[in-house]
Amino acid sequence: MSESIIELRGISKRFGPSYDAAARMARDIGSRFGRTPKNETVRAVDNVDLIVTRGEVVGLVGESGCGKSTLGRMVAGIMPPSDGEILFKGRDIASLPPDAAKDAKLKVQMIFQDPYASLNPRLRVADIVGEAPRIHGMIPAGQFDTYLDEQLRRAGLDPAFKRRYPHQFSGGQRQRIGIARALAVQPEFLVCDEAVAALDVSIQAQILNLFMDLRRDLNLTYLFISHDLGVVEHLSDRVLIMYLGRIVESAPSEEIFGRPNHPYTQALLSEVPRIEARKRRFTAIKGEIPSPIAPPSGCHFHPRCPSAMPRCASEAPTLKEVAPGHKSACHLNDAIM
Amino acid sequence: MSATLEVRNLRTHFFTRAGVVKAVDDVSFSVERGQVLGLVGESGSGKSVTGFSIIGLIDPPGRLTGGSILYQGEDLAKLSERDMRHLRGNRIAMIFQDPMMTLNPVLRIDTQMTEAVHAHVKTTNADARARARDALGMVGIPSPEERLNAYPHQFSGGMRQRVAIAIALLHNPDLLIADEPTTALDVTIQAQILAEVQKLTTDHGTALIWITHDLSVIAGLADRIAVMYAGRVVETGEATDVLDHPVHPYTHGLIGSVPSRNKRGERLRQIPGMTPSLLSLPPGCAFRTRCTHATSVCEQEPPTSEPSPGHTARCFHPIEGNAP
Ligand SMILES: Nc1ncnc2c1ncn2[C@@H]1O[C@H](COP(=O)(O)OP(=O)(O)OP(=O)(O)O)[C@@H](O)[C@H]1O
Ligand SMILES: Nc1ncnc2c1ncn2[C@@H]1O[C@H](COP(=O)(O)OP(=O)(O)O)[C@@H](O)[C@H]1O
Ligand code: SF4
Ligand code: SF4
Ligand SMILES: [Mg+2]
Ligand SMILES: [Mg+2]
Repeated sequence: MSESIIELRGISKRFGPSYDAAARMARDIGSRFGRTPKNETVRAVDNVDLIVTRGEVVGLVGESGCGKSTLGRMVAGIMPPSDGEILFKGRDIASLPPDAAKDAKLKVQMIFQDPYASLNPRLRVADIVGEAPRIHGMIPAGQFDTYLDEQLRRAGLDPAFKRRYPHQFSGGQRQRIGIARALAVQPEFLVCDEAVAALDVSIQAQILNLFMDLRRDLNLTYLFISHDLGVVEHLSDRVLIMYLGRIVESAPSEEIFGRPNHPYTQALLSEVPRIEARKRRFTAIKGEIPSPIAPPSGCHFHPRCPSAMPRCASEAPTLKEVAPGHKSACHLNDAIM
Repeated sequence: MSATLEVRNLRTHFFTRAGVVKAVDDVSFSVERGQVLGLVGESGSGKSVTGFSIIGLIDPPGRLTGGSILYQGEDLAKLSERDMRHLRGNRIAMIFQDPMMTLNPVLRIDTQMTEAVHAHVKTTNADARARARDALGMVGIPSPEERLNAYPHQFSGGMRQRVAIAIALLHNPDLLIADEPTTALDVTIQAQILAEVQKLTTDHGTALIWITHDLSVIAGLADRIAVMYAGRVVETGEATDVLDHPVHPYTHGLIGSVPSRNKRGERLRQIPGMTPSLLSLPPGCAFRTRCTHATSVCEQEPPTSEPSPGHTARCFHPIEGNAP
């Protein structure tokens, strides 16, 4: 097994009732329906274990609100977990001395969905990209411009643009600015949260190619969050499927797409729009994604699962190996064995 | 069979201070009863403006400068605003890219939806409310009765989009224009919406224009496809013809850049460069600065060729053979 870059041990994130508007809104809507949950805590991420090894691309897939971004933010060190440990190259970040913890955090950078909202509109590209490495003393004296130009070029941007502001760029170029900013602190690990979701197919292909080139040239490791299964399939070595805060299936990419085990994964894959399809009938997974405030008991998926058994409503299945490197959390696997 | 909608040589231009933006420039297509037309193209290619032109929502500095929009034989471009308003939201509906173009942020959902019912049918409040509730249920909003009392800001973006879709479906329109309505939604919710609009086309005979930049969604839904680039339709035909035997280099590029059309883990084929500004289009074929097949003749206006009946493309060097 190669070197582990990031390891999550029993990571959870709970959002309390008074945290922010989103949570309050969810509660208001909940009480409108006459369900006033006693425990208003949102379990955005629930006891997740994960090891990502150097050079690997791990895809993270799941419905809106299932906790993907929250997990990504914890991995990127911009949100503390409520429980559990995050190890960077085998060392618990929380227990490192401040300087070492800061270094470790710089090594993990995040790239966001909305290239515009994540860039300060009042800063020039030079400052957006150059600020962090300058603050952290990563640029040798007198070499700011050389350093900056190299970061921009690496992200596929013409350094001639560095005096411009974000609004003077197209969506694809803005995403490149975000990538240049992340690369400027010489990270080893990138968390990409829906990084190509806002882009047209043709620009999306350019950015995905950039990610693949960077992986090869800089030996980068990725956590790649996306609701686009076609993109995830293309890029990932391994795929994690998340449902209401829990990882329900984890396997090498070919396994997940070739032999999905979990009923939720199977339902998800059957709905992927494919360019090879011709005039087909569309159907949908029955039922809405349930509220993370009051998730269903037992297996969270049981109200929507076509194979649910009595046991599924009371007992939460754990992740078990169903084939080498392929784990799934479903009681059906016990029944077979 | 006569088409529900026939757009002929439509031109919609914006007369801005910086110059004339030819957002839609000589666009023609038709959609028959119960059929789905996929209108595909990258951001800024004129898809939304085409939709707005059809439902009569082009405001100054924009103006229809040519062509006709025949809806059941009648030219919408010549209709009075009053007659147009009568059709809009009733026989012709549009789902906008941004749901807040449909929704009023300060009104409760039930107020907005019952108003939309009353605007076109004489009925009781109770019946209007029941229709609103059923429409919400249809687009997969759970506990629709309770949610009628909510305000738009109490919904997530995806739920707002579904409310906007529910409003568009209220009167079983004969023509529905859907502008990238599911781009931001999960595959599961997307499938549910697709199932609903598909039902409308088969059960009610609604003609549907589905606007998107995502060929994968269109592949499973559309009967015909029109590919737009820089304000023009560069290729159009039966979905199978366009997807299996595309002839225009731009269509080729689009199909080739879809991840599933590439070997897993390898670099994707990509179209070089970016969408040109419509203010400074090169003369001749607008795609030529990005086209790998371009030659000097492409500086002239490209001719329209018809590689098979009903399948046309505007290009000097149409590509033969199969899709990439
Ligand atoms: N700051 C917060 N306070 C309260 N609840 C939160 C907060 N951030 C996230 N949540 C909740 O945690 C859950 C997971 O959110 P998260 O943003 O991780 O979802 P996601 O999987 O990234 O969804 P999407 O695909 O829509 O981006 C949601 O129910 C969300 O409402
Ligand atoms: N109100 C307007 N004023 C000036 N230009 C406009 C206006 N609305 C749209 N355009 C321009 O028309 C072109 C087509 O836009 P649009 O139809 O929205 O593209 P899309 O294919 O992404 O839907 C773009 O260049 C856009 O900038
Ligand atoms: S544990 Fe039960 S409900 Fe959950 S996915 Fe498996 S069969 Fe379905
Ligand atoms: S006309 Fe010329 S430039 Fe335009 S698409 Fe055809 S080959 Fe390319
Ligand atoms: Mg997210
Ligand atoms: Mg648009």
